[in-house]
Amino acid sequence: MNARRPYKRPMPGWWRKNPFFVEYVIHEATACFVAAYAFILLAGLVCLAMGEQSWNAWLAQVRSPMAVLAHLIMLVAIAYHSYTWFRIMPKTLPPIVIGGKRMSPAAITGGGLAAAAVTSLLMLGLAWGALS
Amino acid sequence: MSKRSNEPIFWLLFGAGGMLSALLGPALVLITGIAAPLGLGLSPDAFSYDKVHAVAVHWLGKGFLFLVVSLFLWHAGHRIFHSLHDFGIHAGALARALCYGVPAAATVIAAAALLAIGF
Repeated sequence: MNARRPYKRPMPGWWRKNPFFVEYVIHEATACFVAAYAFILLAGLVCLAMGEQSWNAWLAQVRSPMAVLAHLIMLVAIAYHSYTWFRIMPKTLPPIVIGGKRMSPAAITGGGLAAAAVTSLLMLGLAWGALS
Repeated sequence: MSKRSNEPIFWLLFGAGGMLSALLGPALVLITGIAAPLGLGLSPDAFSYDKVHAVAVHWLGKGFLFLVVSLFLWHAGHRIFHSLHDFGIHAGALARALCYGVPAAATVIAAAALLAIGF
């Protein structure tokens, strides 16, 4: 055992005191919902590989009211991830210079959100084509 | 020679997964979690075995499903690992093994399942 026991300031709930940190915790926590969704898809892939009976069992689970509610929550959380991802992007991208002027943060965020809107519509259209 | 950090590799996977989930995540959840299982806006048998199997057999569908499952988890694992300290959890060897081991295992399982489905 170490003889030296320095004082450690207790920090539980540090983020609840400041709205900036509350928002930080929420946007970091979206990772849990992204992971949960990926696990559901992975389970679906494994069931699909095991055959029609397993796939139907997975589908019955996904159709349950609790699963639909969980997907609605994941939808909100991942949509928030999408918004914050592009909101932070002006800080994570290297400077983009167009015509001698640095691209503004608003243009980067706006461009990202517009790209997300276009790819989402394409995805919905593709699913409509492949699954209808 | 100094040991080089492996952080750029994991950061790249985090970034790729974050971008993919930001661009397509909400639409995917809407399709696979709500519209297809409940037959909302799609035909009631949108998620029948035959239709989903046809998507997973196609090389494009296969590659897409693999990237979604794998990169979403690499993104989440990296982000959770770097948030642990903020919640007073020591980001040590065990945390690292879990946060990166689970995405690695999921990547292998997803690849195995997609290969088992066939071409």
